[in-house]
Amino acid sequence: MKKSTRAGIMSAVVWGSGQLANGQWAKAIIFFAGQIMLLFCFPSVCDGIYGLVTLGETKMVINGSKVTMGDNSIILMIFGILWLFVAVAFLLLYIFNIRDAVKNGRLRDAGKKPLRFKEWWSKITDRSFPYFVLLPTIILVFVFVVLPILFGFLIAFTNYSAPDHLPPKNLIDWVGFQNFADMFRLPMWNDTFGGVLLWTVIWAVVSTFTCFFGGLLMACLVNSRRVRFKRFWRSIYILPWAMPGMVSLLIFRNMFNGQFGPINTFLRQANIIEQNIPWLSDALMAKIVIFIVNFWLGFPYFMAMMTGVMTSIPSELLEAARIDGATAKDEFRKITLPLVLYSTAPLLIMSFAGNFNNFNVIYFLTNGNPINPSYKFAGSTDILITWIYKLTKDNRQFQMASVMSILVFVVIASISTFNFLRTRAFKEEDMMG
Amino acid sequence: MSTLKAEIQSPPVYNMERQSAFSIGHAFAEVIKTILTYALLCIMAVFVISPIVWIIGASFNNASSLLSATAIPKNPTISHYVELFTETKFPYWYANTFKIACINMVVSVILSMLTAYVFSRFHFVGKKAGLLSILILQMFPSFMGMMALYNILWQLNLLDTHLGLILTYAVGQIPYNTWLIKGYLSSIPKSLDEAAKLDGASSTRIFIQVIFPLSKPILTFVALSQFMAPWMDFIFPRLILSSSKKMTLAIGLYDMIAGDTNNNFTTFAAGAVLVAVPITILYVCLQKYLIQGIMAGANKA
Repeated sequence: MKKSTRAGIMSAVVWGSGQLANGQWAKAIIFFAGQIMLLFCFPSVCDGIYGLVTLGETKMVINGSKVTMGDNSIILMIFGILWLFVAVAFLLLYIFNIRDAVKNGRLRDAGKKPLRFKEWWSKITDRSFPYFVLLPTIILVFVFVVLPILFGFLIAFTNYSAPDHLPPKNLIDWVGFQNFADMFRLPMWNDTFGGVLLWTVIWAVVSTFTCFFGGLLMACLVNSRRVRFKRFWRSIYILPWAMPGMVSLLIFRNMFNGQFGPINTFLRQANIIEQNIPWLSDALMAKIVIFIVNFWLGFPYFMAMMTGVMTSIPSELLEAARIDGATAKDEFRKITLPLVLYSTAPLLIMSFAGNFNNFNVIYFLTNGNPINPSYKFAGSTDILITWIYKLTKDNRQFQMASVMSILVFVVIASISTFNFLRTRAFKEEDMMG
Repeated sequence: MSTLKAEIQSPPVYNMERQSAFSIGHAFAEVIKTILTYALLCIMAVFVISPIVWIIGASFNNASSLLSATAIPKNPTISHYVELFTETKFPYWYANTFKIACINMVVSVILSMLTAYVFSRFHFVGKKAGLLSILILQMFPSFMGMMALYNILWQLNLLDTHLGLILTYAVGQIPYNTWLIKGYLSSIPKSLDEAAKLDGASSTRIFIQVIFPLSKPILTFVALSQFMAPWMDFIFPRLILSSSKKMTLAIGLYDMIAGDTNNNFTTFAAGAVLVAVPITILYVCLQKYLIQGIMAGANKA
């Protein structure tokens, strides 16, 4: 038998033994320690994966004042995912262990000597610097980002919801694609989803474009040759961008208060209206108010960006155009405007994605209200994200919230991917460099 | 954008002489256009400023209800500012938010910077997979894992602690920030590192003395946006924090006027002013870096 085959088989049975046969005792100890750890973890790994598959079997029993705790499906699921990853890590280590034994066995077959401990150690420490630096980040990102996302994804395939499936009182179960089917088949869910999605898209499109073109108009106005004290004007218009958005939104919510708000009071005192305008309690009116307020919040951002682009146009370019006989109008139409639009196009796309998920504007301004009786757990001005939030926080329909999150992710991911594909980073050959 | 400053110092000069036909009609049209321009500027200025003026005025109002809160207070008083400090937990909220914002800023800048540095300057097995995961992870809306995060923090005994909130913010933004900083670092020529290496500098020294100073603009942007996040965010503090002494400003202010009674309105107004003033000043002062950072993000993200 070849030395490489033998070392491979040895390592497949007892980790590190192949390395020992190859004369690499330090590696052998490390791999063997891995196997010992696996033996220690094995029961937990099995329990974890078993828990992930079953999501708990014993229910909590309440007998008078005596409570016997059962399984908590949620905790079982989180730890199940965790142990699954541990199992995968062990599997990778196992494969690596065999491959390493075979590789060094081949070296011996060819009559060469495997690396001695000192050489191997210096090679490892030299190469592992990136992993060493990344390790804390990887662990943190795994626990606080990857694990929750996976969990959120898996919830869509369970019946985790009020009133009958809320741990720790009850268990939850896997239901396959049932929730997706409900979302598209049950009229109550279907109507709400359709209506909310339509409004979300209208909201995202209109709010992005009003702010974009409002910003463009203001940037052109402020930078026009007619205007003096440009800096003064710019400082005023930049204020809504600089103020904390949540504070501004809460202020607006009060300004547009139908009963006591200063806008209605002012209009009544000026004899323009006789009855209060239901700014936020009428569905259509509330939507208009949302657009107006969002315009207030959003145009300064685009104005600032566009002013930045306009002032970075090289003056030689404009001079050259002037020498060639271009008028101020030509200059604007043929040079300034195309440059501004070209460099702010990615912002437009990013802003669209941002507005699609603009929780703050809707939640702080209207709370999603006024109530829409034909919707399930949603108001007339709710967009998908605020609906998801309400489903999670107020109504505990976690499974449906998760289904919706997946749909939102698909939309956002498509936009981001589209945006990424057309950026320089991707077109450059060294994209991943 | 350094050119922004340049423009302010030397506004573009337009050559008027080349317009040959300078009739009276033309001049008249010019005047009309100028008037219209200024009219529009003024209308927009009123539109932008009126809510701000109103809230400042309201905060000095005598009464406490929304109805009586006028832009020009009849008997100006600072009693609502006093109330904030004596009757509400406002000082706690302010201190909490400031603390969380600062720690979040430091932690996430360090973690994202190190990660971005490793990804832009080292070659190692799994680099492509790592970059791809970062790219995908930053697309997920942060609220998606809300319920899991709650349970994880509960298991780690981090519910109702600031540490839990800070970790949520700082770690949650690592994928996006890393991608942003990595894009910036890739535009710094590698020959600089190599030259330093030839001179005998270690990786750590190259990082501290070459890369770090050069990436200050993008780090300022990341630091600023991480500092700002806790002042505005509502979802996560609401999820994680429960005791009123530990809350952040976003929750505190929201709860003040969440009911329909609106009896706290002027106190809220005072709180809003106290929050908005420093943040606004900070933003206006650092807008150069913000614009730069956003444009960098747009072109490289």
